[in-house]
Amino acid sequence: MTTTVPAPAGTGAPGRATIAARTLRTDRWWVQPAITVGVLVAFIVYSTIRAFENANYYVEPYISPFYSPCITTACQGDTFPKLFSGPSFLTPALYILIVPLGFRLTCYYYRKAYYRSFWLSPPACAVAEPRAGYSGETRFPLVFQNVHRYFFLLGLVFNAILTYDAVLSFRDHEGRWGHMGLGTLVLLANATLLWLYSLSCHSCRHIVGGRLNNFSRHPMRYRFWTLVSKLNARHMQFAWVSLFGVALTDLYVRLLATGTITDLRFF
Amino acid sequence: MAELERHHYDVVVIGAGGAGLRAAIEAQASGARVAVVCKSLLGKAHTVMAEGGIAAAMANVYPEDNWQVHFRDTMRGGKMLNHWRMAQLHAQEAPDRVRELEDWGALFDRTPAGLISQRDFGGHRYARLAHVGDRTGLELIRTLQQRVVALGIDVFMECTVTRLMTGPDGITGAFGYWRESGRFISWQAPSVVLATGGIGKSYKVTSNSWEYTGDGHSLALQAGATLVNMEFVQFHPTGMVWPPSVRGILVTESVRGDGGVLKNSEGTRFMFDYIPEYFRKETADTIEEADRWYDDKRNNRRPPELLPRDEVARAINSEVKAGRGTEHGGVYLDIASRRSKEYILKRLPSMYHQFMELAEVDITAEPMEVGPTCHYVMGGVEVDPDTAAAKIPGLYAAGEVAGGMHGSNRLGGNSLSDLLVFGRRAGASAAAYAQAHPVTAAQLDDDAVAEAGKAALAPFEREGGENPYTIQHDLQQTMNDLVGIIRTEPEMREALDRIEELKKRVANLSVEGHRQYNPGWHLALDLPHMLKVSECIAKAALERQESRGGHTRDDFPGPTPEWGALNVICSEHDGSISLLRQPLPQMPEDLATLFEETPA
Amino acid sequence: MTYDAKLRVWRGDADGGELRDFTVEANDGEVVLDVIHRLQATQAGDLAVRWNCKAGKCGSCSAEINGRPRLMCLTRMSTFAEDDVITVTPMRTFPVIRDLVTDVSYNYEKAAQIPAFTPQPRDADGNHRMQQVDVERPQEFRKCIECFLCQDVCHVVRDHEDNKKVFAGPRFLMRLAELDMHPLDNLDRRKVSQENFGVGMCNITKCCSEVCPEGIHITDNAIIPLKERVVDRKYDPITWLGAKIGRRPHS
Repeated sequence: MTTTVPAPAGTGAPGRATIAARTLRTDRWWVQPAITVGVLVAFIVYSTIRAFENANYYVEPYISPFYSPCITTACQGDTFPKLFSGPSFLTPALYILIVPLGFRLTCYYYRKAYYRSFWLSPPACAVAEPRAGYSGETRFPLVFQNVHRYFFLLGLVFNAILTYDAVLSFRDHEGRWGHMGLGTLVLLANATLLWLYSLSCHSCRHIVGGRLNNFSRHPMRYRFWTLVSKLNARHMQFAWVSLFGVALTDLYVRLLATGTITDLRFF
Repeated sequence: MAELERHHYDVVVIGAGGAGLRAAIEAQASGARVAVVCKSLLGKAHTVMAEGGIAAAMANVYPEDNWQVHFRDTMRGGKMLNHWRMAQLHAQEAPDRVRELEDWGALFDRTPAGLISQRDFGGHRYARLAHVGDRTGLELIRTLQQRVVALGIDVFMECTVTRLMTGPDGITGAFGYWRESGRFISWQAPSVVLATGGIGKSYKVTSNSWEYTGDGHSLALQAGATLVNMEFVQFHPTGMVWPPSVRGILVTESVRGDGGVLKNSEGTRFMFDYIPEYFRKETADTIEEADRWYDDKRNNRRPPELLPRDEVARAINSEVKAGRGTEHGGVYLDIASRRSKEYILKRLPSMYHQFMELAEVDITAEPMEVGPTCHYVMGGVEVDPDTAAAKIPGLYAAGEVAGGMHGSNRLGGNSLSDLLVFGRRAGASAAAYAQAHPVTAAQLDDDAVAEAGKAALAPFEREGGENPYTIQHDLQQTMNDLVGIIRTEPEMREALDRIEELKKRVANLSVEGHRQYNPGWHLALDLPHMLKVSECIAKAALERQESRGGHTRDDFPGPTPEWGALNVICSEHDGSISLLRQPLPQMPEDLATLFEETPA
Repeated sequence: MTYDAKLRVWRGDADGGELRDFTVEANDGEVVLDVIHRLQATQAGDLAVRWNCKAGKCGSCSAEINGRPRLMCLTRMSTFAEDDVITVTPMRTFPVIRDLVTDVSYNYEKAAQIPAFTPQPRDADGNHRMQQVDVERPQEFRKCIECFLCQDVCHVVRDHEDNKKVFAGPRFLMRLAELDMHPLDNLDRRKVSQENFGVGMCNITKCCSEVCPEGIHITDNAIIPLKERVVDRKYDPITWLGAKIGRRPHS
């Protein structure tokens, strides 16, 4: 599992051309996986800190996407019905983050990104991977990648809630409608990016029409499929931009909540 | 021979292009045990290069179309030198051959009604070519390949046949070697189907791949069969001309069918100056009418860019000779200024890809530079139209290696349908012959096998001889310069002299290395085939004292009625090629009347 | 414009071999295959190389150039600097036969195992009817020229010889997807895709799509949709139940 020399079972297997080098690539193939690791680690560190911080996630009328839907009685704000009270060491974020986390973890794009950059399987095309054994996504736990479509559907619910949050941010701090600040725009942008990311998802593409073999008999679904296919071609871009979007939205709310900055109010 | 690998089959098909695979499928379906032998990997045959489509009068786009019209177009395109019966069978059976491809998984482009879409091509009166974008040949080969695999037919890949084996009663099998190991292999079989393709590799500028060494033609001659009308070599008008390394690579006729026009360096659409009397009645003589034709084919005549290939190739040749060519010795083929980018990308994706990758030319933005390239040989093994049988019992030929079907010039799209129609017929006849002549009776002659092996190894025996690549290069230059598009007697005599010289050089060449996957050795064994076929072409071209279709004599311009009634037959006796003039088969009355009406 | 190109070419066979240096003339507009041919014609007459069309249509001249799986006929010399050393090796996933030629029979074996196309009967008039929108999706996959570069680059078999037994490789997963999406095909290939051809082995790291000379979106348009179809059948109880009671036919 952790041998780091090229395994004889790979390009060194008997019968193949005898070339000792793990790769003969002359370009800087390691740059891309290194960047991916850097960005994803930064995001994980930041989001973990925020998920356990249990503060500075709500400032009227804005709620951080890390804490929405906020479903416990410990929640600040009134963006979502308070359903139960859990033990105090669990922050409201911890109940819900499984959904966006699961959606991104099982996403066909992120899978490519982290298999390559964290698992080095493979680190880059035509560069030997360090492990001797490989079973892909056929066994526990990776066989659970197949539940992606359920996370996609749950993710849609979350998108609806975050959109609702953005709508609620048209209220001012006293609950009167007709307010708009920079935070409103930030929440709207975040929700839009999340919709784009979700709707461009490969499972979505399959569900709306991909499973059909005769598009001509289902013209509406063909139109949906065509639209989703167009979005799907940019799924990678949406995956990254929406990830930054969530983190920056949370950061904005936190900076407001800690009083570091004040919201720019348009009306 | 101790190291000889021996096999027994009812039918051995040599060549795994469209004709060979179709023959194998049919022979297997007829109950024969079939082997396919091919020089490349399965699925790499030259058929993949075919771009435009499969001509078949399916009448999916123009209900007026029928086999008689297709037959007439084919005969007129071939300047009436085609074997009428082959042209008739071809026109009658092509639609069914296309339809059955769909049963095997082919996915052609569709009409709005859901039928197979058909496109325009030079010389065809109606839009008739079933196609998939501009990669129809790939679709054809893949479909047949997958069918062959599904049927479990044995395929001997990367295996070259060097001799056909014959006995007193005809074919007894074939002898060859594995390219990979160099080891010898023989097949004992009462029937052999030649489907080896063409001869283009004897020319320097060609759209053909290395496999096109004319080995099928040469094997047939050696076995005692005859070749018909080898002087007719088609130069496709539009090959790439720049950069030099891609010179000759095909630019599909679909570019013109879809609206592309030819212009000289002065920007003139010169094809209007080259409309021959023979096609004047059906060809537009103004730019306005030509441009209207793309949208309204019923009330307008075809643009002259879509004349048969021989006419267009000669016109381009004349323009370049007159000093109106491009920088690199071609003319411009322009679709960029005439069609939208989206249209070009949809209709001609692989052309776009090809020019982008190989020449860094964006065909949606700038014109292509094109010029004639050796593309196809109309001549080939003389066969019986209904059975595809050659003059030797048990030997069959189909596809480009067979002659007669296309007369003096082949229409675009007729080759793929030819492969299917006559591939199927050859397979069926070969299987039937094998049933009547069991494999056990077809004993291989051990001495002949030993002799074939010895001949194959001869290049290793000699030391310090010439390198085969140089000889091949000199042959290609000779054929290109002296037996090319425009021919004269002195030049062809010189070509024949040079071929004699080359034969001597081939007899003395030597190869380095050993027998395992050795391209130098492979080429050394291909060269005698190439020389023999080149000799046939040059001799037949010298014999035919007229200009017709793919054979243009500077010293005999224009066709003559006398030669229009004659075929030139090549045969081999004791290693030398002899010629015979043979009257054309007579077309029956009911078909002849098709040519009496005046063309619209 | 002519210059001396520096080539490093792997020469040898199944018993061993090595990278050897050559200096070969290169001209304007040439591709790597031209230079390899010149090497063959002038310095190494027995250099084994597989090629056919030299126009990117047949998929024969697959090799690895500077470590990247490429078609030699589509790799222009102008993409390298004149003093670059260009390393050309055979594909490293398949057993080598000699020099740049490999034994690609793995691919032909997998092709033969795939359940064949099983069409619906023709319409009464002898035609099959299909709409353009229905044929376009599988048509993309039929652009495949079987150069096997995707098979070569796929780490599942490149780095794990054992997996060749259980994994068909991108080219043939795409073939399964093509047949499964074929508007006339009557066979359900989802189960065999998972159990016999190893679609679950693919971890969608997309190298196949990166090297495809035809630009086919192998991962996004073939393998992932195939995985999703397998999920329909094997991992999605709701869709499975729907199909069982006939509400969602696999059509």
